[in-house]
Amino acid sequence: MKRVAIVGAGPAGIAAADLLVGRAGISVTLIDEGQQPGGQIFRQPHPGLATDMKRLLGAGHARLERFRALCSNVLPQLDYRPRTLVWNVFGGELMTLGERGVDSLSYDALLIATGATDRVLPVEGWTMPGVYTLGGAQILLKEQGCLIGRQVVFCGASPLLYLAALQYHRAGGAVAAVLDTTPIAAKVKAIPRLLALPGVLKDGLSYMAALRLAGVPIVGGVTLDAFVGEGRAAEVRYRAGGQAHAVACDAVAYGFGLRPEMQLAELADCALRYDSFRRQWYPDHDGDGRCGHGVYVAGDVAQMGGAEAAGHSGRLAALSILADFGLEAPASPEPDRAALARQLTFQDGLGHAFAWPAAHVAGLADEVMLCRCEGVSVGEVRRGLRSDGGPQEANRAKAATRCGMGRCQGRFCGSALAELVAAETGADGVARPLDRLRAQPPIKPLPISAVAGEPLA
Amino acid sequence: MDEGAQFHRVFPLTGADCDVWVDGRRLKARRGQSLLSLLLEHGGRVRTHERTGEPRAGFCLMGACQDCWVWLSPTQRGRACTTPVEPGMRCFTRSPEAEVLP
Ligand SMILES: Cc1cc2nc3c(=O)[nH]c(=O)nc-3n(C[C@H](O)[C@H](O)[C@H](O)COP(=O)(O)OP(=O)(O)OC[C@H]3O[C@@H](n4cnc5c(N)ncnc54)[C@H](O)[C@@H]3O)c2cc1C
Ligand code: FES
Repeated sequence: MKRVAIVGAGPAGIAAADLLVGRAGISVTLIDEGQQPGGQIFRQPHPGLATDMKRLLGAGHARLERFRALCSNVLPQLDYRPRTLVWNVFGGELMTLGERGVDSLSYDALLIATGATDRVLPVEGWTMPGVYTLGGAQILLKEQGCLIGRQVVFCGASPLLYLAALQYHRAGGAVAAVLDTTPIAAKVKAIPRLLALPGVLKDGLSYMAALRLAGVPIVGGVTLDAFVGEGRAAEVRYRAGGQAHAVACDAVAYGFGLRPEMQLAELADCALRYDSFRRQWYPDHDGDGRCGHGVYVAGDVAQMGGAEAAGHSGRLAALSILADFGLEAPASPEPDRAALARQLTFQDGLGHAFAWPAAHVAGLADEVMLCRCEGVSVGEVRRGLRSDGGPQEANRAKAATRCGMGRCQGRFCGSALAELVAAETGADGVARPLDRLRAQPPIKPLPISAVAGEPLA
Repeated sequence: MDEGAQFHRVFPLTGADCDVWVDGRRLKARRGQSLLSLLLEHGGRVRTHERTGEPRAGFCLMGACQDCWVWLSPTQRGRACTTPVEPGMRCFTRSPEAEVLP
């Protein structure tokens, strides 16, 4: 009997499980931190919430229903462990923390389908109450039935920008403005790639049109200057067309795309690959999810692709696992490969239409907070980097300044720290890749009661 | 709902009512809702940052940034955004003791 451990019950993990369950010679364990399956996109409302998901999701609702049907078929056929965090991988074993406490699990094949989280950059005032990530704003609505505020500014560069704003509008929230940091010209240039999936492009444009129709101001090509308020967000200051502007609000949702949750892949010794277009690192795999020595990746952690792509890459990883075990494949990988390729072309288009504003960091004032956990400012890190014999690499800068050493483990300052080090050391992030903060176990903080007496690697 | 609440409920909760104590103050909650949604439907902050003294009220809302940590007992901290409320739950937004793990 071969044991396949899958971490992540999002569209990638569930699609992989669907191909693996019920096969002779294989047992599947699916571990997820969340209360319920679904991952980020199919974040389910908690059972006591009377959400009108149909109104909220519009056309996306049919997809959610299909996913739920798949889950109710697949989950009873495997060992499903919700509310369980995988906090380390070491010597072919997963270290977990769940309702029954600390545990470990050995595997013959490990599929890491841990998804992604919001990629953010510091903006003056970003630690203030009322400022949230774009994905967080969406999750609060879908899972808890709440809005982050009554008058929300949505800003940054992400395909979720218009979708989240529209969902807030549909749920009865006022959208004060959508401030998009990518210029319209860049979006026009992205159209040929976006035409890889004309239907999805049309949906995206329809979100913008619906917001315009609702009278929501939409401004492109902005530079975000500051989130301002007395102890909570009350105004967003930005520049557009060479002029300074301000818009009043009581909450801000912002983000610049997604970053892979790849700590487990790093700890499992997967090789990493640098994507010089997105200026970030991913686990390296052969296109079908293979990372080597029994480790596989699928979904957003493997490549930026979105929910449909996550499903295809989950199926491909499952087929790879079966092939590597020498078991018969239930399907050919070709249709999933072709579909994934179309999705990835489209995602490249999105990457141009919602561009990572690499230059934003160099323009940040010294007073702006860089590491929100440890309370380290941009200036403190800059001074460290500029000092005689000072660190010239992100992990050294972390050791010297504590930036990235806090409880989020660099998830929210890591991209900015890497850009700041590059700006200060003259690296362009293309010919010479940006630095990357190394993952360390436990990948999320554990309550002390959980690790008392347990060796921490 | 309190003046100055940060979060605004648009979909009703149908779960059973329960009482939760936050810093000794009793709040009416619905079983299963996140502790963070409860805190911010009743106020505008979760805690004060240990080093800078600034107010904080969560950030990622998905268990990744650790900005919303509260004390669930003198020895246990938890993320308010991923902790469902339970009847009789007590939480503290200020640390009674020293730091825990990273
Ligand atoms: C906040 C957010 C909102 C999004 N909204 C949309 C949208 O509206 N439309 C759209 O097309 N795309 C959206 N995306 C992108 C889309 O969610 C993804 O493309 C898709 O969900 C990826 O699926 P996945 O299976 O790779 O990962 P995910 O759906 O992210 O699932 C990963 C799962 O792994 C679990 N996990 C991670 N680490 C651990 C660990 N260490 N231990 C245990 N469990 C772990 C998580 O709890 C999660 O359930 C969103 C992404 C984010 C982050
Ligand atoms: S708000 Fe980020 S962990 Fe709770």
